[in-house]
Amino acid sequence: MRKLLQREFAGFITLALFLIYLAFAAPSFYSLGNLRDIALANVSVLLISTGMTLVIVVAEIDISVGSLFAICGVCGGLLARGGLPIWMLPFAGIAIGSALGAANGGLVSFVKAPSIVVTLATMVAWREALNWATGGAWVENLPANFQWFGLGQAAGEAVLFSATAVLFLAILWASHNLPAFRSIYATGSDAEAARLAGINTKLVVFAAFVLVGALTGLASVLNAVRFSDVPANAGIGLELQSIAAVVVGGTPITGGRGRLMGTLIGVALLGIIGPALTYLQLSPYWEKAIQGGIILVTVLFDALASRAEKRPALA
Amino acid sequence: MIPVLEAVGIRKSFGGVRALRGVSLEVCAGEVHALVGENGAGKSTLIKIFAGALQPDEGEIRLEGTPIEHLTPAKSKSLGIAVIYQQPALFPDLTVSENIALAHEPPTAFRRIDWRKRNEHAATLLSRVGADMLPQAYVSSLSMPEQQLVEIAKAVDAEARLVIMDEPTASLGDRDAENLFRIVDELRKSGAAVIYISHRFEELFALANRVTVLRDGESMGTFPMAEMTNRDLVRLMVGREMEAVFPERNCTIGEPVLEVRHLTCVSRGVHDVSFVLRRGEVLGLAGLVGSGRTQFAETLFGLSRADGGSIAVGGKAVRIESPQQALALGLAYVPEDRRRHGVIMDFPVSMNTTLASLERVSRGGFLDFTAERRVAEEYRERFRVKAPSVDTPVRNLSGGNQQKVSLARWLMTEPRVLILDEPTQGIDIGAKHEIYMLIGELAARGIGIILISSELAEVLGMSDRIAVMHAGRVAGVLDRNHADAHTVMELALGHAAVGD
Repeated sequence: MRKLLQREFAGFITLALFLIYLAFAAPSFYSLGNLRDIALANVSVLLISTGMTLVIVVAEIDISVGSLFAICGVCGGLLARGGLPIWMLPFAGIAIGSALGAANGGLVSFVKAPSIVVTLATMVAWREALNWATGGAWVENLPANFQWFGLGQAAGEAVLFSATAVLFLAILWASHNLPAFRSIYATGSDAEAARLAGINTKLVVFAAFVLVGALTGLASVLNAVRFSDVPANAGIGLELQSIAAVVVGGTPITGGRGRLMGTLIGVALLGIIGPALTYLQLSPYWEKAIQGGIILVTVLFDALASRAEKRPALA
Repeated sequence: MIPVLEAVGIRKSFGGVRALRGVSLEVCAGEVHALVGENGAGKSTLIKIFAGALQPDEGEIRLEGTPIEHLTPAKSKSLGIAVIYQQPALFPDLTVSENIALAHEPPTAFRRIDWRKRNEHAATLLSRVGADMLPQAYVSSLSMPEQQLVEIAKAVDAEARLVIMDEPTASLGDRDAENLFRIVDELRKSGAAVIYISHRFEELFALANRVTVLRDGESMGTFPMAEMTNRDLVRLMVGREMEAVFPERNCTIGEPVLEVRHLTCVSRGVHDVSFVLRRGEVLGLAGLVGSGRTQFAETLFGLSRADGGSIAVGGKAVRIESPQQALALGLAYVPEDRRRHGVIMDFPVSMNTTLASLERVSRGGFLDFTAERRVAEEYRERFRVKAPSVDTPVRNLSGGNQQKVSLARWLMTEPRVLILDEPTQGIDIGAKHEIYMLIGELAARGIGIILISSELAEVLGMSDRIAVMHAGRVAGVLDRNHADAHTVMELALGHAAVGD
């Protein structure tokens, strides 16, 4: 447990204190319906943040996830309307997301363009291309079984939650147990050293972008089925939301470390603030300010913690 | 006569590492004072203290008898101390004359810049130090030796009382070195004091009046150079006879394990390198800094693409285009500059040890942490890595122990050929000895070892044969029995092309 919480400690303590405070100040926050709503709203953020964690661990960044999210949602809607079997939708989302992620990853790792610039470009380009193609129109007239995969709301939600949980746990487990994930950490710590150790660092970086793309595509489809039509302007601000969750979870923006457990805590912490404000009867305008404050505090904690870690060498 | 500079009982620690343990030194006007010691003996720390770049924990510095408190770089400069570091510290995007003027320029009316005067002044200085570049040349366009001359011109310009030179000939060719010796002699005749750091004994015997030997942060004493011999200096530096530092090796050398024929990589400056490495053999790769040894090793290991030539491993012709291929063929490369690329600082000892051979600690494609710890523990004991446990991040280990971890990683891949690039750079003498023992053990187990080193004593003491590189080519290959410091140096400087 100690190992599990080392760097994400700040986020964990903040989350625990906040939850305890809510239990006294606004006990109705803990109603089943409310918790379900919060979880529902944050499923896609968690999936994307999971991929984002890996991108940040390899010391890169992807700010195009919001645009990828929108494209995958619209494409998913169009495919459903075009007659694609509904059960294939999540796979279509993964495929489209992977392809878009591969474009980012290819430019970053093989053309050696800086990831912040590449993904800034694709963020704008995909968003504008989508606007141009759809004219800003939503995808409507979806088949009747599009919503909740035709399973009905309760069963659909169960599928959504279990799919996300299984996927998150699988990646969490893999990050500890698969040699490939160790290559991710090695590459993020010191790309040159990793290359000299025989790791194909270009492939590692490329794979991280493909993975965040795939997870974004899946998140987008799983989100889209909650509604009866797909908006063309979805996912705005998702990149900042997911990057914030990763950072609050204790992953340093400089890469090389970071745990997915931390990211889960980060998503939870940032996700409950909005709804909690309603229950505490505070103005929702405080949400962003509080989120910003939390990011600042965790980053400060991180700076202090890593200063303490970098003790001089043992004699 | 009052010495120009007196340092009394200087102590300096970094964290738990005591770099200087009470060093005293005095340097007189008109003297070239040699400062020698192994890497890590404290030479650099000492001169950084004289330069004001570091503050001593204890001790006193006196300049012409006056105690100096809180020396800063600016104060050191204004007191007439000029330091010429191994790596020139010039502004690459400014011209030569601007660099000289930045260091020191007489005031003009209204602080106006008189470009004509500035350039003329620089030109005079440059001709005094025997440099033939234009004052308007950008520093980034100059070669390393040329940049060094600019540094010296700055020191001459400042009319420094004390000039400190840190391995000034490390990257110089012969002609440039002779020019440097002439300048040092002129500085001495003009009454300046010179502290001269070098590993090249020949030039110290030619230049220096006195010598102070440092070992493990302590002064072993100051002696008139004329009364010293090569052997004396080495004994004082390493604290034991040379033979004791390098292990006795009597292993049988087997069939060829690596044959390199005409390997060329023009973009990295490697030309037509050929040699044969046998099982159980240590092939020393000597040469000056910049002679292409590291570039050659990187080409061999697949980090740079070769333009021509052939490589055979174990008698079979192979192509090596990536480190992964090199690894699969049984090559291992422990790179130079371990602090940056030899180990992953964020990783603990265990993960660093297994990084290049994760399949050996995996079961069914998944990592087996028990196996990993066990293997890492084995190597930790075998390599005598001083770490509280295999979970300790390597960041917290000393340089010598980081190097051992790096070695352990490559050994775990069970290589047939091990390329070691400056394996003992910047580690203390005790750890060095342990690394030498390890190299001996590995060779005895039949691994062919390529040992790249700038320390002549190390190459001479460890190698069965020595290939000397000059300007990207092999200038000659010497047998252990025919190799001596003089011959190797001659080849490294490009004087002769003798071979076996």
